[in-house]
Amino acid sequence: MKVLKVLAVCITVLAMSTLTMAGTLEDVRAKGWIQAGVNGSLFGFGKADDKGVWRGLDVDSARAVSVAVFGSPDKLKFTPLTAKTRFTALQSGEIDVLFRNCTQTLSRDTALGLDFAVVNYYDGQGFLIPKKLGVKSAKELDGATVCVLPGTTTEMNVADYFRTNGMKMNPVVIEDTAELAKAFFAGRCDCLTSDASQLAGTRAVAPNPDDYMILPDIISKEPLAPAVRHGDNQWKDIVNYSVLAMINAEELGITSKNVDEMLKSKNPKIQRFLGVTKGNGKALGLDEKFAYNIIKMVGNYGEIFERNVGVNTQLGIERGLNALWTDGGLMYSPPFK
Amino acid sequence: MELTKKNEGQVIIKPPISSVGIPGWIRENLFSSPFNTFLTIIIISILWFSIIPFLKWALIDSSWLPDANCKASGGACWSVISSNYKIILFGFYPQNILWRPITAIFMLVILLFISRNRNYWNAFLGYTWIISLVIMGILLKGGIFGLETVDIQKWGGIILTLLLSVFGLTAAYPLGVFLALGRQSKMPVFKTFCIFYIELIRGVPLISLLFMSSVVFPLFLPEGVSINAILRAQVAIIMFTAAYIAEVVRGGLQGMNKGQFEAADSLGLNYFQTMRLIILPQALKIVIPPSVSILISAFKDTSLVVIIGLYDLLKTTQVTLSEPKWMGFSAEAYIFIAIIYFGCCFFMSNYSRKLEKELDTGL
Repeated sequence: MKVLKVLAVCITVLAMSTLTMAGTLEDVRAKGWIQAGVNGSLFGFGKADDKGVWRGLDVDSARAVSVAVFGSPDKLKFTPLTAKTRFTALQSGEIDVLFRNCTQTLSRDTALGLDFAVVNYYDGQGFLIPKKLGVKSAKELDGATVCVLPGTTTEMNVADYFRTNGMKMNPVVIEDTAELAKAFFAGRCDCLTSDASQLAGTRAVAPNPDDYMILPDIISKEPLAPAVRHGDNQWKDIVNYSVLAMINAEELGITSKNVDEMLKSKNPKIQRFLGVTKGNGKALGLDEKFAYNIIKMVGNYGEIFERNVGVNTQLGIERGLNALWTDGGLMYSPPFK
Repeated sequence: MELTKKNEGQVIIKPPISSVGIPGWIRENLFSSPFNTFLTIIIISILWFSIIPFLKWALIDSSWLPDANCKASGGACWSVISSNYKIILFGFYPQNILWRPITAIFMLVILLFISRNRNYWNAFLGYTWIISLVIMGILLKGGIFGLETVDIQKWGGIILTLLLSVFGLTAAYPLGVFLALGRQSKMPVFKTFCIFYIELIRGVPLISLLFMSSVVFPLFLPEGVSINAILRAQVAIIMFTAAYIAEVVRGGLQGMNKGQFEAADSLGLNYFQTMRLIILPQALKIVIPPSVSILISAFKDTSLVVIIGLYDLLKTTQVTLSEPKWMGFSAEAYIFIAIIYFGCCFFMSNYSRKLEKELDTGL
């Protein structure tokens, strides 16, 4: 497998160095839809429901891009990708944009030939433990058996964390999220580690959620961001500002409900944002109304957050780092002017 | 009876009631010695403590209706199937036109059943197969006759599993026979190529072939050309299965008596006639059992496409299970697809036994 990986990387680099992609925007316009890579089995981020309708924070972000380019949230085709196939699918041109809860890292940004757009979810790795373990901090987990998913940054983070703190751990590696949760609830391991967004959902499906708690320690930074191919700046701008438009709308207090009233606003910031005062759309090569359409058809960031992962969903995640900067979070949009 | 007539007055004593009928059988077979009695008791108690709770879990305490409150019932939650069967069986196929894949699968099943009987094997059946496959393709894909177009990417669940296995197996078998003949060939280039191919493919696991097809291969394609992921996986499965079939068929060819070849030669048959009329019919018959076990394992191996993100039956089940609401009920869902897989494999092995019996010429 290792040889295969090395081979894949070599070929990738070789291919990337010789490949000159035509503008993705033209390609997408010509074929009439955007091919978006998504997770496919991650509830709250990218997954089809029992009617076959795609839902999730990443899916809604992709819909925003579709609205920006075509003025409709449905000019999208989804390619479900695994952690292993996601980057190749983007490099080979099989997909146009990757919205797959993908952590932005230096090596992915450079060696893999990707460009990350703005972060649409700030995650971090934490621990879920049964309350009867009587542990109050991750530092007390010395000698614990840890349930962990293989093949992602999660496994590496937890090993690093235990090593740097001089603690011993016994990993229990299980490939599938659902099976991992089952093993944990059956008592196969003392704690389960995963991204905090997942832990909340896992705890919610416990036989008795009150018996479990999430430790306050967050041991890694996981900025999840959409990715495009390196070097296609116009397309990256479009993906970037489609997501930023949703964040900016929340800052400006514009929601899918009041966006029509806001068109009459006297506030120059809002006028520029919604395209009443023209300029933004032309600069991006899009319709002047692109931001208006995104908010009208998809919603602002707060709305898609609450709809997919917020406190009223089964995941029940607080805004936390994903609140606006004005509320103590990290979500911040540059001015739309 | 005659004996009683001759010696009147003789009384016929029936065997004691405890040694005939059911009690007799039980005593004879289950309690004939202290050791057997001991084993019987152990096994019965194991069955008692495993089967009864299982039946209670699966049938009595279980909930069946969609959206039932599974956590409260404490038994099996078959609701996970009844609520999600559409996505499990058909993946992302648009749910308002499910009659199309259902009709197509129904046609396939009927054709397979008709083809079980060798008396019906004639040109007409061949044409029926070709026409039916075209109709099935049209039903699934749409695009003409006013049918809505459905992207191949949206085919999932059992449609994809059947697509990969039916086409995979039917294409791999002739290719495998061809490779086996090639390996026996006297032409050095051809022979070397076949040996190289077979050894190379058999030397790597199917997973790595699938990875190559999904991760490495697309990078070699010229810009703007992309081959569908399902087609790539399909080709990988065909290539893999063909190499195994080839080796099995070679076993059959080598098992043929030299006299058969000489007899063919003396009749003046050329190579192709010899193979087609004399050698292959006999060789393929010998290798029915091993070929069927390869086909069965190839059928099950199609579930490996999970790792390259194709939504076959196993993957759609996993997707359903990743929904927080159903996360704890993997056993029920896996039992369900195990039954489907078992049904298909049982059909194949059953058919192969029937075929062996019919073709048995006592050789």
